[in-house]
This record gives sequence, C-alpha cells and structure tokens, in this order.
Amino acid sequence: MAFIELEGVEKTFTVRRKRGRFTRTKDEVRAVEGLTFGVERGEMVGYIGPNGAGKSTTVKMLTGILTPSAGRLRVAGVDPQKERVRLAQRIGVVFGQRTTLWWDLPLRDSFTLVRRIYRIPQDRFEENLGRCVDQLELGPLLDTPVRQLSLGQRMRGDITAALLHDPEVLYLDEPTIGLDILSKATVRRFLAEVNARGTTVLLTTHDLQDIEQLCRRVMVIDHGRVVYDGGLEGLQGSDGAERTLVVDLAGPSPAIDVDGARVVRREGDGERQWLAFPAGRSAAPLVAAVAERYPLVDLSVREPDIEDVIARLYRGVPAQAT
Amino acid sequence: MRLHAARLYRTVAAGTFRRYSTYRAATIAGVFTNTVFGFIMAYTYLALWNVRPHLGGYTASDALTYVFIGQSLFAVVAVFGGGATDDMIGRIRSGDISVDLYRPVDLQTWWLATDLGRAAFQFLARGIPPTVVGALAFHLSLPSDPLVWLAFLLSAFLGLLVSFSVRYLVALSGFWLIDTSGTQAAAGILGMFFSGQLLPLNIFPGALKQIAMLLPWAGMQQLPIDVLLRTTASLGGLGGVLALQVTWAAVLLALGRLVTATAVRKVVFQGG
Amino acid sequence: MADIRAVRPLNPVSAYLAVAGMWARSALVYRLNFVLVVVVGLLVNGVEFIGIVFMFMNVPALGGYSLPEVALLYGASGTALGLCDLLFGSIEKIGSRIRDGSLDTFLVRPVRLYPQAAADQFALRRLNRLIQAGGVLVYGLVAADVHWTWGRALMIPVMLICGTAIFEGVFTLGAAFQFWAQDAAEVQNAFTYGGNYLTQYPPTVFAKEMVRGAVFVIPLAFVDWWPALYVLGKPDPLGLPAWTHFLSPVVAGAFCGIAALAWRAAVRGYRSTGS
Repeated sequence: MAFIELEGVEKTFTVRRKRGRFTRTKDEVRAVEGLTFGVERGEMVGYIGPNGAGKSTTVKMLTGILTPSAGRLRVAGVDPQKERVRLAQRIGVVFGQRTTLWWDLPLRDSFTLVRRIYRIPQDRFEENLGRCVDQLELGPLLDTPVRQLSLGQRMRGDITAALLHDPEVLYLDEPTIGLDILSKATVRRFLAEVNARGTTVLLTTHDLQDIEQLCRRVMVIDHGRVVYDGGLEGLQGSDGAERTLVVDLAGPSPAIDVDGARVVRREGDGERQWLAFPAGRSAAPLVAAVAERYPLVDLSVREPDIEDVIARLYRGVPAQAT
Repeated sequence: MRLHAARLYRTVAAGTFRRYSTYRAATIAGVFTNTVFGFIMAYTYLALWNVRPHLGGYTASDALTYVFIGQSLFAVVAVFGGGATDDMIGRIRSGDISVDLYRPVDLQTWWLATDLGRAAFQFLARGIPPTVVGALAFHLSLPSDPLVWLAFLLSAFLGLLVSFSVRYLVALSGFWLIDTSGTQAAAGILGMFFSGQLLPLNIFPGALKQIAMLLPWAGMQQLPIDVLLRTTASLGGLGGVLALQVTWAAVLLALGRLVTATAVRKVVFQGG
Repeated sequence: MADIRAVRPLNPVSAYLAVAGMWARSALVYRLNFVLVVVVGLLVNGVEFIGIVFMFMNVPALGGYSLPEVALLYGASGTALGLCDLLFGSIEKIGSRIRDGSLDTFLVRPVRLYPQAAADQFALRRLNRLIQAGGVLVYGLVAADVHWTWGRALMIPVMLICGTAIFEGVFTLGAAFQFWAQDAAEVQNAFTYGGNYLTQYPPTVFAKEMVRGAVFVIPLAFVDWWPALYVLGKPDPLGLPAWTHFLSPVVAGAFCGIAALAWRAAVRGYRSTGS
C-alpha cells in the first residue's frame, strides 16, 4: 500500500452565484473528480497545474481540513478526516502565502510554541531546530521579531516550524513564491536534504525550476483530474514539445528556410533567428542544413520551456466552463 | 486642476458607496443589532420617563425618538470608530500608507471622501430601518415639517464631519503607536459618553450637562436629534447649534492637517 | 520517529494556555500602548455605569429596583460577560479567520479547533471590563439591602459561573453561525452585548414578551435576573414558580451543550464545504 493513497476522490462545492440584482442560483462546482494516485514513502512529487485546478483542494483533503464528497483517501494508513488531530502530529504543512509565525514576537518564540503544541521532546526539538537553523541560515534571525523579517526569511522560518516535529510527510504550497534567487536556492537545497532524510514531500508550485531541481516525479492536475503523472523528461517529450535552435548569422538575412524547422522569431534584420523543431529530433541534421546554406557564426539549443509544455498539455484537455 | 481633484474625490466616494453596498449580509446584521438595542434602550428610557414625564425637557415619546434616531445614526456617524478610518489604521500598521503619501492627493481629503461614500450608503441602508421599525412599535414624535428634517440632515452631516475628524486623528496616532487599539478604545468610550449615545446629555447633572453640550462629541448625536425634536432653545436655537458644529468641524479638520504634516515628516525622514 | 507517533495530542487546556500566552506576550511588545489600554480602559470603562448613576440622580428607583440593586445586576452581568470575554471572547472573531483562510493553519495543528480559536488574540486588556464590573458588583453587594443567608451568599458565585457559561454559549452559537454567514457576524452583538445591556437593568423594566424571550428562548435571564430574584427577594415579573430561580446551573449546562453541538456541526460543515 502506498503511503499516500487516493482512489476516485471527488470534491464538489456548492457555489451561490449572483445572477441578477436579487436572484441567486446554486451551482455545483467540481474542484476534484476521480482523483486516483499513490505516493510512496520517501518520494518527492511535484504537484502542478493552473490556478483553480484543484491543487489546494487536494492538499486540504490530504490534511483532513476538507472532507471528500466521494472516494477513498488514506495517508499513512489513516483516514485524514476521521483522525485529523492525530494525523496532524505526523504531517507538516507550509502554506506559502500564509505564515504561521507570530508577527510581533521573536522567531524563536514561534518555534517554542510549536514544541509545546506538538509535544516535541526537548532534545529532539533542539536537534531539529539546530539542523534547520544551520542549513537555512536562520541563526542571526532567531531573536528578530517576525514582522521585521523579509519574505524569504519568513518562509525559511515557516519551513522550520513545519519540520520541528519530524513529520513523515511535508506538504508545501508555493514555498518559493515571491522569494529572491538566493532564498530560493537555499530553500531548494534544504528541501532536497529533507527528502533525502526520508521525508515524503508533496510540492505544489508555479515555479517550474522548483520541479526541475527537486522532483523526479511530476503530477499535472487540471480541471480536477490528473492529466500527467511521470518523470519530468516524459513531460517534456510528450505532446509535440519543441526545442529551439538560436542561430547568429554573419549579416542580415531573410527568414531561414530549412526542412523540419520553422522560424519563430527574428532580430536585427535576421542576424539572430529562433528556429523551433520537435523535441524528439536531434539538432545535428538541422545545424548541418543551416550551416550549409547560411553564414553561421554562433548557435545554441534551448530546451523546451516547461511552462509552455504544460500549457500545451492543458490545451489537449477538453476545456470545461469554469 | 481643482476641478480634476473634485472629480477624483467624487469617484473615490462613489467607489466606497458601491463597495459598502456589496456587504449585504453585514448591513442586514447591523440593522438587526441596532434595532434590538433600540428596543432594549427604549424600555429603560420608558421606565425613567414614566417616573419623570418631562425629564430633560423631553416627553416620553421624545425620549423614544431619541433612542431610535440614535440607533439610526449609530453606523452613519460611527461615534464608536469604524468606517473608512479603520482601513486607514490598517494601512498605517502595514506600512502601505507610505504609498498613499506619494500619491498626488491630499491624505485627509482622500479619506474624508472615502468616509463620506461609506456614510452615504449607511445612511440609506442602516439609517432608515431602525427608525421605521421604532415608529411602527412605539409612538415617536417625528416632525411633519420637511424643513425640520432638512435641518436635521444638515446637522447630522456636520456631526459626521466632526466624527470623521476625531477618527482621523485617532488613526494618525498609529504613526507613533503602531497598535492603536488603546487610542481607539479611549476615543470610542469618550464618544459614547459625550455624544449622548449612553444617555441623553440633557439629563446629565448640572455643570457637566452645560460642558458636554459644548464639546465636539455632542454634535455627533445629541445636537442633530435636538434639531429634529426642536429642543435647541438652550443652545441658541438652530443657528447656535449649527454654528457650534461648524466651528468644531473646522478646528478639528485643521488640527488633522497639522498632525498629518508632522506624521508625513516623520515617515519621510525616519522611514516610518 | 515511532515515539512521536505514539504521543497523544496536547490536552485542550494546555493548548489554550500555550496559544493565549503567545498573544499575551505579543501585546506586551507594544508596551506604551498596553499601558495606555489598561489605564484608559479602567478609567473609561466606568463611564458606562456612570450613565446608570445619572439616571438615578433623576429617579429614586427604576422598575422598583434601587441603585445598589441595579448595581448588583450590572456588576453580575458585566463580570460574567467580562470573564467570558477574557477567556473565550476571541471565538467571536472566527469569521475573519474563515474569511482570510487562516483557519486552515489552525486545522493542521494536532490540537482541537475550539481551544485554539478561543485563545486566538487573547488580550489581557480585557481585564478592564472584569475589574470595573467586579467593582460595581462589590458595591451592589455591600450597599443593597440584602437579607443575607448562606443560600443567598452561595448563589453569588454560582450566578457568576453560570452567567459566564451562558455568555460562552451565546458566543459559541454566534461563532457557529459565522461559519455559514461570516459577513453577518454583527448579529451576535445583539445577543452578547445586547444581552449584557438587557441584563444590566431590572427585568421589571421590560415588556413581558422580552422577558419571556430571555427565559425561554435565549436564556439570558439565568445570567443574573433569576438568581438575583432569589438573592434580593424580589417578585418574579412572569410569576413563575420560585424553584426556577435556582435553575441557572441546569440551564447553563443545557445551553452550553446545545452550543457545543452547533459548533461541532459548523466545523464539520466547514470541512465538507471549504469556504
């Protein structure tokens, strides 16, 4: 049995919509339908999709905040809605845009509260805190009131707060949103380390670099369904993704005309041109064809933009009214 | 330029009016609460006026009118605080106010326009129902002369200006205190006591009554209702009441400008 | 890791104390404001009672009750509300927690929701009301013409505890109501603060229907009116049997039970609908 297990999970909300000035109608909105997947202990899975796809609904069901309308859901063999309080002891959650830290108090105090609430033994608390503080470079900030921390510092504090009780699974909702590059790098390095120590991680994000650097497995969810589940490579190769060949020519030139590629962009009167070609094909014959007929000075190959790839994936799914 | 500014503030006020009109449930809840309080207060006042039928120069039905008009004015004039200045307190606390300071608009006028938009909506939605319900349940002494109503509206508007100036000063205290709950509570209770919300000022004992009638808070509830009940004789009639209200509004708005300037200097030179 | 899993969740009282302690310390960060709130609060909270004193400067009695007798009612109702407000009052802010989504952060902690929500934004400054109302109560007890017996003396603490519990029930029902109508939070003010205002004055002042509502619908009469009828030896305005004057503990218990059921239904509803 997988560590996290969903079987045909559905979640339907009733939404009251304003129709006219006084009339309102009730609409059923399916946030999630027929969700079936499993996550093994120790995996780190990227859970991505556009806004409103059902990502946070899934996380809320996994943590027991929301009760599914139908289907079966187990985390560590436990039904989250029935044993929410007990399960909370075993999971960590970071809501990226909502801090759990205490605004006016030194960062250290928030951690002390976590120790009391989760009944963490003192020695384990100190060990875990020490490790997090060390790796997330929080040492000088422990006595700073949270309101004086930057967004990145606060996020590192929130991640620490979610890990002090040694959770078996960590849910992260947009942990790098709005952070500067250095903070992002620190957070990613740390999360990789957390996962390496055996914690199962489910990562929701819009930042595809998070996924590229951290997750071997990606699930794409859209309109409440899993539309892709597999490695990142598979995602890139799937569904007509394109790589781009960027060529610099010796002088102005009309659009390059070669078989198996098309010009998507020109700059400097054709001195630099972008050629898109299927991701599954080798770049070598294309480069040879260009070099044969045009004064080639320099070139580079760009991997498909993963955001674009996912957008393509979405387009493949029949659109529903939202 | 001035025309442009006037249009801007009108847009701000209209926007706030619309924003408040979307808070439907909150509006209904507020009307309900004001009306319930009206009924409870009505019976305590009746007990009082049953024993002393002409207490403070009011008849029993004057006293009941006082209660329900008071509940009608409650949200509009916002004696207890609340209204647009609460949003301002939030912006000072979060530091967003510095953005407002760089806008080419006058801070005080901006928030006044916002508060007037709010009050206009609340006058219609929260002001009218409690008095209507009260009039259905009790015999109120409401005037039939439209000119008296007009004078009442003018006096209530001046009361709103005074209330805004006080709340604006309270909000400005946030530049120095960060957490303004102390000043808010103090201002709220002073308002409750001296506006006549707690008890009509004309049944306060001797000298305290004379003083309270002249303080700015009287203009928020006591004076507009006295205008409506035509019981303004002791204050020099309608003219005297309005002059007093205009004076306080001018003084407090000017004080607000002065403090704004100091606060801006503090933000600009000390970085908040 | 195994031993962590075996740990039982923190008991609600300790959870409450942990969260409340954090809020209390947060308030102390703004020391100047805290001092201002406490000092000003103590001074001006008394203002409310001054209104009643002013009334009595014009009349010798209100609804057949003297000033010390009204002070006893005012003090008892205010002390009960003050205690409830201090300990559980934050539950009335649940609507804003639901609206901004921060309730979810409470729900992922290994502690029940109620103690967390009750301790949320705990503020020592609410002692103001308690101290002020307690003072008025002491004045009422000393100055009122009470024919003291053991039974009557014992009724005072019973009245305060039951009153606190009844107000807690009202607050909790209001909080449960906010789960499906967050924007209508103000409705509960009619019953909490309105209830407090009502029970400050003698029951004889009000229309019979209002008194009946406070006995049979929302049991505010059992906060102080009915126990005080016994303490002061006053006639019952509804002519109910004398044993009803001792019913406060039963009523408070039953009412809190109903409120607890409503709260549980509301939380379950939230978890099945989100917000």
